[in-house]
Amino acid sequence: MNKVRTHLMLCGGTGCQASASGLFQEALQKELERRELSDEIKIVETGCNGFCAVGPVMLVQPEGIFYQKLKPKDVPHLVEEHFLKGRPLEKLFYVEPASKETIPHMNEIPFFKDQMFWAMRNKGLIDPEVIDEYIARDGYFGVAKALQEMSPEQIIAEVKTSGLRGRGGAGFPTGLKWEFAGKSPDETKYVLCNADEGDPGAFMDRSILEADPHAVLEGMIIAAKAINAHQGYIYARTEYPLAIRRLQLAIKQAREYGLLGTDILGTGFDFDIDIYQGAGAFVCGEETALMRSIEGKRGMPRPRPPFPALKGLWEKPTILNNVETLANIAQIIINGGKWYASVGTESSKGTKVFALSGDVNNIGLVEIPMGTTLRTMIYDIGGGVPKKKKFKAVQLGGPSGGCVPEEHLDIPIDYEEIAKVGAIMGSGGAIVMDENTCMVDMARFFMDFVQDESCGKCTPCREGTRRLLQILEKICDGRGKKEDIETLRELSVTIKEAALCGLGQTGPNPVLSTLRYFEDEYKAHVFDKKCPAKRCIELLKFEVDPEMCTKCGLCFRSCPVEAITWQKKEVARIDLEKCIKCMTCFDKCKFDAIF
Amino acid sequence: MIPDTHPEHPDITDEMWSQIDKIIADNKAVPGSIIGVLRECQDVVGWLPVELIDYISDGLNLSRSEVFGIVSFYSLFSLTPKGRHLIKVCMGTACYVKGIKEVISRIDNQYRVKEGGTTEDRRFSLEAVRCLGACGLAPVVVVDQDTYGNVKADKVIESIEKYE
Repeated sequence: MNKVRTHLMLCGGTGCQASASGLFQEALQKELERRELSDEIKIVETGCNGFCAVGPVMLVQPEGIFYQKLKPKDVPHLVEEHFLKGRPLEKLFYVEPASKETIPHMNEIPFFKDQMFWAMRNKGLIDPEVIDEYIARDGYFGVAKALQEMSPEQIIAEVKTSGLRGRGGAGFPTGLKWEFAGKSPDETKYVLCNADEGDPGAFMDRSILEADPHAVLEGMIIAAKAINAHQGYIYARTEYPLAIRRLQLAIKQAREYGLLGTDILGTGFDFDIDIYQGAGAFVCGEETALMRSIEGKRGMPRPRPPFPALKGLWEKPTILNNVETLANIAQIIINGGKWYASVGTESSKGTKVFALSGDVNNIGLVEIPMGTTLRTMIYDIGGGVPKKKKFKAVQLGGPSGGCVPEEHLDIPIDYEEIAKVGAIMGSGGAIVMDENTCMVDMARFFMDFVQDESCGKCTPCREGTRRLLQILEKICDGRGKKEDIETLRELSVTIKEAALCGLGQTGPNPVLSTLRYFEDEYKAHVFDKKCPAKRCIELLKFEVDPEMCTKCGLCFRSCPVEAITWQKKEVARIDLEKCIKCMTCFDKCKFDAIF
Repeated sequence: MIPDTHPEHPDITDEMWSQIDKIIADNKAVPGSIIGVLRECQDVVGWLPVELIDYISDGLNLSRSEVFGIVSFYSLFSLTPKGRHLIKVCMGTACYVKGIKEVISRIDNQYRVKEGGTTEDRRFSLEAVRCLGACGLAPVVVVDQDTYGNVKADKVIESIEKYE
């Protein structure tokens, strides 16, 4: 066997691939071969590392040196300096934005320092396409324990002790769900994994599937044993081709190793998993709609009860768990429920993965213990808001959630605490918005999403969300009337109470929460016909304020249609006839002179 | 049952028909396979003409209205032809916050194509997609298989122009 002295853990997640990690990998492999190092230095393409903002990223093991923003042209220099001469290359280190200091080691970078990797324990450490690497990290040990040593009741009891709650958003206790399905005497039962991650701005599940697909399979096998099911399906989003490919490979390998199929590990227990690809419908993330979709029908929800734990897929008892929930299961079985419950708050245990994005410096995937404050997540881990802009709010839970403004940033991350301030934990999307975000426009954006994705089955959601959108559009266009704000409120409450499924019941949340914290902005739109954040095009004049203009000419140079006239030492002017209202000049002007 | 003759359609060649027949035959006995069949057939043809939808319905022994209902429900399926190149603009929240709206209006200005539409010369189709999960690179535009991150309204045309 070759003695590999160094492993290069190169991130091959969607984010890094989009930043051309593939070209870098090719160049690196060639260079290592040219230098005759390819026997002792091995490149491993890992799943998503989480720090997508600075991709492509690579971790050099065992030293733990972290390289960022890698380009093929860096390869010769990097190999020469680090891998031949042993001098890590400083120019590719992470640079702390505030102090401009370089940080060589991954675990000293603030982004990683405060995180706690449980659901993502293998991310960036193993090659997700090699089952042996997963097994080397105690993989399938949980299955062995659950199948050989534990009864279904013991498994359920352990999961209940852990306090694990559904990570898809609703937060229903996982153990309880399993118990309901387990008690049903039916011969045929199903275990489903919800990988239909549709919340815009959320990519936790994709990253887990790309980085550690076996962890999800292992969770499903244990769940199957707990409720005595023999068939499982993973309902995956068709927009995630890489995740699907890795899952397919993982299932194939697990079958070859006898971890899926008949007589798993010689215990006489049978279970197999198939992947089912969605076809682009957000509502299919709702459990009953998801099951309809697997049955090959229009993905529409149905009223509950009967709950899917009793009558689900093909009318058989079914449990549906989210990717992140399942990724935690094996660890709970191996280390015990008490271990898991030792972290977190009174009612929310363990860790939660968030996809931190928007106007924040360190965009990426973060896993933090429950009970951490939002401020820690956004400022310590996320590095705060870029370009010295002011923080305005963070949107939690996507279109079903709400925004949390500055004054509530010190609340701990906990299902109940977040609900108290009008947002939801949700599946983990956390989008930071700076002062340049218009909250009315945000509400309009989410309502556009919800009404578009409404399946149309129940009237409150189908008609109500459309009316909400119309009113919001009116307000953004400067045609808002004073009664509109009250109508928005009333209609939102009605939809929440009357809609059939989770989509409609939570759909008006963004409207309600922006109204709760930013009613002033609504009023500015309605009464003053002004958009304070300067985002709503119809409310902008596209004029230059001579007082604010520094006569720099940046707007003039960036205008794509030559609508701006400017000469040195003169205030710029915008010709409204030519202007296409593309907002480029707004983005370029550093002095807020265009209004 | 699978009909004996293929309906005529200018966008579907004989070779495509034989692929379609194979897809239908492979899935005939599988309950709930319709969505997968439609997906695979769309991959072959590029879109789903009504003639093809009806052919699939007959092949899988499902009612035409049911299959049409499925096609119209899921956003993956297209009832209109697509351009030679597909521009996907991400309408996820992160991309929205970071200015995808301006990018879209620039593309529209340049090529006269609205969201969900195709340019007259069938060069581009413009599609707004829900979060692509690449929020770290927001705003994101995907042209065919190539992803462009951190797209700016004043730069986007440069990236797109090279697709003929």
